[in-house]
Amino acid sequence: MSMKIEDSEVDIVIAALCPNLTSFLEEWQPFFSRFHLIIVKDPDLEDDLQIPAGFDHQVYSKSDMERALSGSSINFSGHSCHYFGYLISRKKYIISIDDDCHPARDNSGALVDPVAQHITNLQTPATPFFFNTLYDPFCQGADFVRGYPFSLRNGVDCILSCGLWLNLADYDAPTQIVKPNERNTRYVDAVMTVPIRAMMPMSGINIGFNREVLGPALVPGLRLVGEGKRRWETVEDIWSGMCAKVVCDHLGCGVKSGLPYVWRKDVDAGNAMESLKKEWEGVKLMEEIVPFFQSVRLPASAITAEDCVVAIAGMVREKLGTLNPVYVQAANAMEAWVKLWKAVGSSKV
Amino acid sequence: MARKESPSVPTTPLLKDELDIVIPTIRNLDFLEMWRPFFQPYHLIIVQDGDPSKTINVPEGFDYELYNRNDINRILGPKANCISFKDSACRCFGYMVSKKKYIYTIDDDCFVAKDPSGKEINALEQHIKNLLCPATPFFFNTLYDPYREGADFVRGYPFSLREGAPTAVSHGLWLNIPDYDAPTQLVKPRERNARYVDAVLTIPKGTLFPMCGMNLGFDRELIGPAMYFGLMGDGQPIGRYDDMWAGWCVKVICDHLGLGVKTGLPYIWHSKASNPFVNLKKEYNGIFWQEEMIPFFQAVVLPKECSTVQKCYIELSKQVREKLGKIDPYFNKLADAMVTWIEAWDELNPSGAANGTAKGK
Repeated sequence: MSMKIEDSEVDIVIAALCPNLTSFLEEWQPFFSRFHLIIVKDPDLEDDLQIPAGFDHQVYSKSDMERALSGSSINFSGHSCHYFGYLISRKKYIISIDDDCHPARDNSGALVDPVAQHITNLQTPATPFFFNTLYDPFCQGADFVRGYPFSLRNGVDCILSCGLWLNLADYDAPTQIVKPNERNTRYVDAVMTVPIRAMMPMSGINIGFNREVLGPALVPGLRLVGEGKRRWETVEDIWSGMCAKVVCDHLGCGVKSGLPYVWRKDVDAGNAMESLKKEWEGVKLMEEIVPFFQSVRLPASAITAEDCVVAIAGMVREKLGTLNPVYVQAANAMEAWVKLWKAVGSSKV
Repeated sequence: MARKESPSVPTTPLLKDELDIVIPTIRNLDFLEMWRPFFQPYHLIIVQDGDPSKTINVPEGFDYELYNRNDINRILGPKANCISFKDSACRCFGYMVSKKKYIYTIDDDCFVAKDPSGKEINALEQHIKNLLCPATPFFFNTLYDPYREGADFVRGYPFSLREGAPTAVSHGLWLNIPDYDAPTQLVKPRERNARYVDAVLTIPKGTLFPMCGMNLGFDRELIGPAMYFGLMGDGQPIGRYDDMWAGWCVKVICDHLGLGVKTGLPYIWHSKASNPFVNLKKEYNGIFWQEEMIPFFQAVVLPKECSTVQKCYIELSKQVREKLGKIDPYFNKLADAMVTWIEAWDELNPSGAANGTAKGK
């Protein structure tokens, strides 16, 4: 059931939260150069972007967003500008890596090509219905273990691939304050399918997905009141990832987690305290968000990601809306997103 | 709350008076020589399968008790019919007679493996670490075991779930000969597992997995009575599904009682590839029956009143009889044996039910 993804079917979406992308893109050039890049400028960023030559790319900025939005209330500022890139792409697959990431090295010292690994993850089946103890059975040198039912060995389409990070792991602000010097040095050489109905926090830092099937489910829904420009000052990707997981589970598709790794730049530890003030709201909200998504059951009539998102939005309004106005906004944003996706996004390549 | 090891002097409690090592064997125990530095402090329970008149040589210096078929028959009387003969499933007799809190079981063709740095892996020490620190079955942590040195819970992981759940099972893996079924062995006779995946992770609640008994640790007080390895081998229509059966029962009960199951490290070196044609004959029925067994276990709901492992297990045996009995009369025999096992367990372990005391702690 493995298929081949062509380079021409992939867009790489880069969110520019800082203007100078020169060293970032030059470093990634060996892995990015074959692909078309969608570079989305944070609408709050005023400086012009600096982009080196040699990339087949398109830049989108505030004016493009305003034109496309035409009255819609979606807020694309900060990390949410990724979603504009997902929306405007015409490709079947998206790979997205944050602009503060470098290529990582594996245990043999070789540079890791995360684009190729995400593509591999997306073109080989996922196995959400039964856990394989040797992890990805489709990778070379591995297989399904004794006791794995044969009827489940075809697997299902993988439509979301979540990569990881060496050096600065994707921790929340409290954890960074407690452990300012901890760095992730452990390269775990595995990809695995996250089982059906198991929820997980999706980090938007390093992902790949099937835009055609899943695109509308990656939704810029939850915006913190004090949301900032650093990843640990947001939970938009966590929210979006849980929507996506619920939708994947419902559609009978799979989500993988593990390889590839990227190497994430160090930050000034002093910022973590400031970040806590911004993110604390998100940390509290997770206590309500997780049980909510764990309980979501979508109707059989929801057969596309759009249908699913609209259904989830209704449930958010009903079950979470009374707890905090931020959820009402999220539900509104999700519905607006689906409308926008139908109007502007292409569902076919 | 999990206590993290101090990075400068990591120490894992030996638990030498709290853990038994259970080894089924039919041949000899030469493999213990390689394990001596790691196993010698511990008490061994050796379950000798096959011909009881044969003498199994135990290397000098190990503290052990050994049971052959005559002993099993003598100790259990008529209930001995729940213990398999001519199959390594007989090892579960060792779990029953142990008086310790923890069990580690290992096959006699498993040796010490090396990690990528070339260092010998103390598998037992890693299992103990896994068992002593919490599991996280309610929400998947993308950085795997958050309690390991150098790792933590990732952004988005709810704080209310960060204390985790008690770990009932630690499922280790194998380098070299992988644990494949017969069809896969026949198609890929030369495949070797050379990938060292440096992770321990919790298998999420609601997810089943194939539990291999080759390199397995568990908390006998939390889950022991569910570790019945079924009716296999001599006189039975199925083999090589003993650990699978136990694993599905264990996982369903762990999920119900709020306990965790971990998989991943440690690795051992699996040296012997069993004959795939022999395996195919043993597994044949299992390959078809598992297509029914898996949906059965996936759909099992245990009533709230089942608050102890024994109650869960008896209830499971009823559902096995009711829902799997129609596949083959074997399942009715198995359901009977499950009940006999619990009766025998309670007779030999009268101090109280294993109740997955998680909730009280």
